[in-house]
Amino acid sequence: MEFIRNYPLFTIVLSLFSGVLCYMLKPAAAKIYTLVFEGLLIGMVGCVLFYVIVTGQPFTYVMGEFPAPWGNEIRAGILEAMIALLFLIVEICSISAGHRFLVIDMDESKRNLYFTLVNLMTAALMALVWTNDLFTGYVFLEILTLTSCGVLIVREIGRTTLAAVRYMILNLLGSGLFLLGVVLLYDLTGHLLMVPMRQTIAELARDPQVLPVLGVAVGILTIGLSIKSGLFPFHFWMPDTYGWASPTSAALLSSLVSKAYIFLLFKTYYRAIGIDVIEQLPIRNVLLVLGIGGIVVGSLQAIHTNNLNHMVAYSSAAQIGYIYMGIGLGTMAGYTAAMFHIMAHAITKSQLFVTTPRLAEVSGGTLKFQDLQGAGLKSKVAGLYFTLGAFSMIGIPIFAGFSSKLLFALAAVGQGSHKKIILVMLALAVSSMLNALYFVMTLIRIFTPEGKLEKDDLRHHHINYHLPMVLLTAANLMLGLKSDLVVSLIERGLSMFG
Amino acid sequence: MKNRKKLFDKLYNVVAVICCLLLIGVLLYTVARLPHYGEENPRTVEVVERYVERGVEETGAVNIVAGMILDYRAFDTLGESHVLFTALICVLILLGKDEKNMRKEFDSYYTVEYENYHKLAGDSILRLVGYLLLPCLFLFGIYILLNGQLSPGGGFSGGAIMGAALIIFAAGFGFETVDKVFTEKLLKTVTFIALTFYSFAKGYVFFTGANGLENHVPKGIPGMILSGGLILPLDIAVGFVVACTMFGFYSLFRRGSIGHDHTFMDQQ
Amino acid sequence: MITHLWINNEEAVAIILFGIGFTMLLFQKNLLKKLIGMNIMDTGVFLFLASMGYIEGRKAPIITDGVMEAAAYINPVPAGLVLTGIVVSVSVTAIMLSLSVRLYKRYHTLNIDEMYERSRHAAEDR
Repeated sequence: MEFIRNYPLFTIVLSLFSGVLCYMLKPAAAKIYTLVFEGLLIGMVGCVLFYVIVTGQPFTYVMGEFPAPWGNEIRAGILEAMIALLFLIVEICSISAGHRFLVIDMDESKRNLYFTLVNLMTAALMALVWTNDLFTGYVFLEILTLTSCGVLIVREIGRTTLAAVRYMILNLLGSGLFLLGVVLLYDLTGHLLMVPMRQTIAELARDPQVLPVLGVAVGILTIGLSIKSGLFPFHFWMPDTYGWASPTSAALLSSLVSKAYIFLLFKTYYRAIGIDVIEQLPIRNVLLVLGIGGIVVGSLQAIHTNNLNHMVAYSSAAQIGYIYMGIGLGTMAGYTAAMFHIMAHAITKSQLFVTTPRLAEVSGGTLKFQDLQGAGLKSKVAGLYFTLGAFSMIGIPIFAGFSSKLLFALAAVGQGSHKKIILVMLALAVSSMLNALYFVMTLIRIFTPEGKLEKDDLRHHHINYHLPMVLLTAANLMLGLKSDLVVSLIERGLSMFG
Repeated sequence: MKNRKKLFDKLYNVVAVICCLLLIGVLLYTVARLPHYGEENPRTVEVVERYVERGVEETGAVNIVAGMILDYRAFDTLGESHVLFTALICVLILLGKDEKNMRKEFDSYYTVEYENYHKLAGDSILRLVGYLLLPCLFLFGIYILLNGQLSPGGGFSGGAIMGAALIIFAAGFGFETVDKVFTEKLLKTVTFIALTFYSFAKGYVFFTGANGLENHVPKGIPGMILSGGLILPLDIAVGFVVACTMFGFYSLFRRGSIGHDHTFMDQQ
Repeated sequence: MITHLWINNEEAVAIILFGIGFTMLLFQKNLLKKLIGMNIMDTGVFLFLASMGYIEGRKAPIITDGVMEAAAYINPVPAGLVLTGIVVSVSVTAIMLSLSVRLYKRYHTLNIDEMYERSRHAAEDR
């Protein structure tokens, strides 16, 4: 049982090794290896989750012989294990379901490199989830940036490369600001590990001379990570990036990479700065306002666009807004809702992004709305999975999206300020309406019959596609139906997070 | 339409300047309140004290920075060495020639003449300087690589020098000469072995350290070449990775493959 | 504030470099100039780190003469951080350069607005 404590380390080191191994393997072998390996990782992280639930205690794991202020550390609690498990499940599903399109997009001779990148990305995601050290966070954040650029450029058309350039530039700005923030915090506190840093900051925050400097450092770090995760007004890179990427890549980028940045930000607030210090700074209100701005603007742009993938991408911008709104509320219920929404959105968005290319394929390879007429009937399977995802996005009961909206509403009511209640409620109402509007419009469009229907649809899909889709739908329904169980786990996780 | 674009450009520039000034202003305000330059920052002392005063005994390296990055904070450095590898993979995807991109923008670029041009050796001055300089460069690179625990240097700097030497070699004597020794397979295998060794060696140390086991890595006598425990082998591994990656970058930018590509020219 | 800035002049210069690089990266139209901006920005951070660790009158943290007191050496932590930063910067530069090469081959320009303009007319990009 005690041996499970080593598993977080194994997930990181073995993923790094797998990345290097896939560099040497043939593409087919690399794919099988990666899927099996991800399965193994899911098992390991599942064990970690089970272990922390049973013991009820988070554990820190010293990387090497040297304890806290000197050596690196990683740490596992219920929340970290849940997020890691979710990331891995979504990742394995996206890879398996999107592989057919990867074959189209990428030449045989280089396809193993994709799995190299995916494995390195797994390592970075795991490290960002487990890390207890801000500078380790920076290093693996850079690996995540580079790998996400890598999975983006595998589709060798001009639009994708252009999107990748823009994505890289904004990510570099974000990384630069994050690094500067970390460096400023180091200069102020003399520590890079989160726990000693928080203890020093708690002392520093009492000094009114230092508080503004602290505010600038935290602000810079926040701007950096919010550029990277696509918070309004920095969300303009999303449609091109997600819209022109290979389906697996779009799913990975929108459901995992941006979530990992948000989780790192949340972790920094909670563990490195201290939530009571954050309360003294005006940052939370800014996040709340920007989150609400993202919800409204993202939804409006989603209606305005003419391309299915761009619509889904803009809806991502709105969903990121929800998460930041939850963090901005600054109450336990708000954080719980934000964490719940990270999971709900990751599951739903990856499902949508791997179904849209099939809809495009049966409509002559275009994602423009006017050409998608009847696509859901031409490919009933893709239509069905898209509908399920869309239902969750709209917030139909029994799906995950509904539970998370309910949680946000409850969180808004639960905190004291009337202004915030009105603001959040308005945002929820407007965005639900707009969400319903554009998704229902899309559904009507793809289920309106047009032309002759082909019957041999099922031939294009086999178990590699159905299994992940069913798994994602099941996870979606579980989050929707058993939300109280997940919420209680998140609450337990949050209570041991600090 | 044209006027609107002009106006937008103007507005864009104004916003650019304002953003820049605002950012610099806020940061300068912050800098003015930071601990003073050139004086000891009392808050950092706790961590630094242990690194300096017990570093030699605990890591076996007299170069405290090497001891710090490869022993105390080795997890960061483990990630760092994979950053370079990730970059190599990305450049390989972007610039590596394959069937797909040959049909598109590359076919006007990688003509047979272009290929042949890059196979040729450089001019005679470059070659003469190469003859004189290359042995020294390789030797210097290896020296820096092996002395990471004793003096400024280590895997990254030594590897970069060796990579630069390889690049001069390729530029002066042509890729055909380089390909006789440094084939794609060799470069790939070296990278693979070095990074695998790195991951598992460090994983082993993390594992034993966290579980309170003895790690059986001799520390050596501080100040000698064979000291610093794992620092020397790790430096060598990192050095190989860096050298291969630097050469890989150069080769990919110049001809679109890491090593000699049999299939491509045969098809032409 | 000015006197404080003068005391911290090296950090102030580093910050100004950072700001220049940041602005170039954000607002230049030419990809290569953006890249140069990125490198200036990174250099600014490295200078900031280096000046943070510097302590007047002390030596580099390499123990050659048996002096083992922390008070004799400068802070080694920023040096380690700079090393990591440099490696990251090199990697990112390589990727950005190769992206520029690809885009230049396709669109025959380095101006990013021009590229967007031309990509709209390209037939293969749906």
